Amino acid sequence: MFHFSNLVRSKGDPKIIATGPSSLTAADRLARGLGWFSIALGTLELLAPHRVTRALGMEGREGLVRAYGVRELLTGVMTLSVEKKAGLWSRVAGDGLDMATLLGEVRPSNPRVGTVMAALVMVGGITVLDYLAAQDVARQHDARRGRKRLYFDRSGFPKGVTAARGAAALPRPTSTPAAT
Amino acid sequence: MKALVWHGKEDIRCDTVSDPEIEHPRDAVIKVTSCAICGSDLHLFHNYIPAMMPGDIMGHETMGEVVEVGSGVNGKLKKGDRIVVPFTIICGECEQCKRGNFSVCETTNRNKHLAEKVFGHTTAGLFGYTHLTGGYPGGQAEYLRVPYADATHIKVPDGMTDEQALFLSDIFPTGWQGAAQCDIEPDDTVAVWGCGPVGQMAIRSAILLGAKQVVAIDRIPERLAMAEAGGAITINFDKESVVERLNELTDNKGPEKCIDCVGFESHISMAQPDSVLDRAKQMFMLENDRPHALREIIYVCRPGGIVSIPGVYSGFSDMVPMGALMNKGLTIRTGQTHVNRWTEDLKQRIAEGQIDPSFVITHTVPLAQGPEMYRAFRDKQDSCVKVVLKP
Ligand SMILES: NC(=O)c1ccc[n+]([C@@H]2O[C@H](COP(=O)([O-])OP(=O)(O)OC[C@H]3O[C@@H](n4cnc5c(N)ncnc54)[C@H](O)[C@@H]3O)[C@@H](O)[C@H]2O)c1
Ligand SMILES: [Zn+2]
Ligand SMILES: [Zn+2]
Repeated sequence: MFHFSNLVRSKGDPKIIATGPSSLTAADRLARGLGWFSIALGTLELLAPHRVTRALGMEGREGLVRAYGVRELLTGVMTLSVEKKAGLWSRVAGDGLDMATLLGEVRPSNPRVGTVMAALVMVGGITVLDYLAAQDVARQHDARRGRKRLYFDRSGFPKGVTAARGAAALPRPTSTPAAT
Repeated sequence: MKALVWHGKEDIRCDTVSDPEIEHPRDAVIKVTSCAICGSDLHLFHNYIPAMMPGDIMGHETMGEVVEVGSGVNGKLKKGDRIVVPFTIICGECEQCKRGNFSVCETTNRNKHLAEKVFGHTTAGLFGYTHLTGGYPGGQAEYLRVPYADATHIKVPDGMTDEQALFLSDIFPTGWQGAAQCDIEPDDTVAVWGCGPVGQMAIRSAILLGAKQVVAIDRIPERLAMAEAGGAITINFDKESVVERLNELTDNKGPEKCIDCVGFESHISMAQPDSVLDRAKQMFMLENDRPHALREIIYVCRPGGIVSIPGVYSGFSDMVPMGALMNKGLTIRTGQTHVNRWTEDLKQRIAEGQIDPSFVITHTVPLAQGPEMYRAFRDKQDSCVKVVLKP
């Protein structure tokens, strides 16, 4: 199996032959997908807001679309990070804002009301995904998973704590080899 | 062979890789019998330490049986020897090694030019830990090549189990060095931030070294319970104010000696707004570290005291209160552990039954379960404190 990274290994270093099961869970992967989606959409909204406003019949609101683009980029970065739970919940909140804004554009005077409806359905779908991913990620990484044990019986001192206190008290100065 | 391989952030896989081969006369190869996951591995898991490459094999707490020795090992090791492998690769003959400063050995980093650019001067080669420190394949695998094996090994005495000896590779001497460099005196209060495996070892070391009281700080009940078992007074920072409690315990003067066993991934919480700001800055690469524990330590430490930092810092830390540090006349001591400096002494203490480091092991699983154990250890699930893997 060709792996680019095998090129930097020295002769005797192990090189990948076949790759196995990963520590990433399905929810982690979904979060990653949503994070990249956020980045892509954010970039579009930030750099080409006119295309968005034209398609949705909301010309003149480019500033708002740009601001939403920045929001998408921020939540995208967060969703791709280790703090993906916070990222996904902020995406859910952002989805709510998107829907409210789109609902405002559902008016008889809007010639692109069909596109707006389609966009609403799409955002609805993404919201469901964001919500499910947030819940799954929270569940999978919850510290309460598994057995709860306390370790009051693990002193590490075979002769007990009382005997251990001061058992290694060094004569000063320390007898270790000279630190610089 | 099978090995745990880094593929990217939070992506560690149990891959099939080629077996390591002797490259240099001073190399040896061991068949790994036990290895462990360390808090430092979590920093790599989160991709915070620069210069990891997909395909890097993880692991720097390893022991096993010698199966092959190079011609230059000169009888220092032979096939069949049982050894623990220190996480710092050492030559044993450079100026730093001669002074006992093994973790800054001048010889063993095979990417010196990188380290010199980033740190100013090179540090030792490390197993399974970024290309800045040599990019040496790690020991969470069935076999490990040990470079400079004539110096880089710890012989295991007969009768000592894997579980008792394994942590001589890293966390036991790390906790010990963290306490020893505090120059503990009988009247001292020693406060330990972080009750992970390193904190647990530091607590036991401070007790053995004769501190008047040892105070342990964390928020995870099972780790606090383990700290209490080892003789510490505990503070749950989710429930009480660390600064107030420490002052209460020290006649309002603060602990003389403080040990940071948290490092740069301090817990993020709204109750510690600086940690949230650090996290935001980290996300946009404006800062590398989240040094909340270190800030708290400098603030609460008694003037004239010693701050010992075994916890790992990765790069740039913002808003470290230099004014308090300077005006209070604090001494800072830190470093990757000079493992072999402490080996003979600590081996003796285990053999005599003064301490048994295996108390910290909560999970022992086959190597193939490694990827999921990274998650469990990171997420503190199933009351996980320390994972040992059996290849
Ligand atoms: N110097 C060395 O040679 C060396 C060797 C091994 C490990 N380390 C470093 O030591 C550190 C600890 O390692 P570990 O294996 O115990 O890891 P760990 O992640 O299991 O332990 C860290 C502990 O700190 C606690 N913590 C987080 N924020 C805190 C805060 N604000 N106050 C108090 N406690 C807090 C966590 O709850 C956790 O229990 C890591 O940074 C690791 O890289 C250094
Ligand atoms: Zn370690
Ligand atoms: Zn050296």
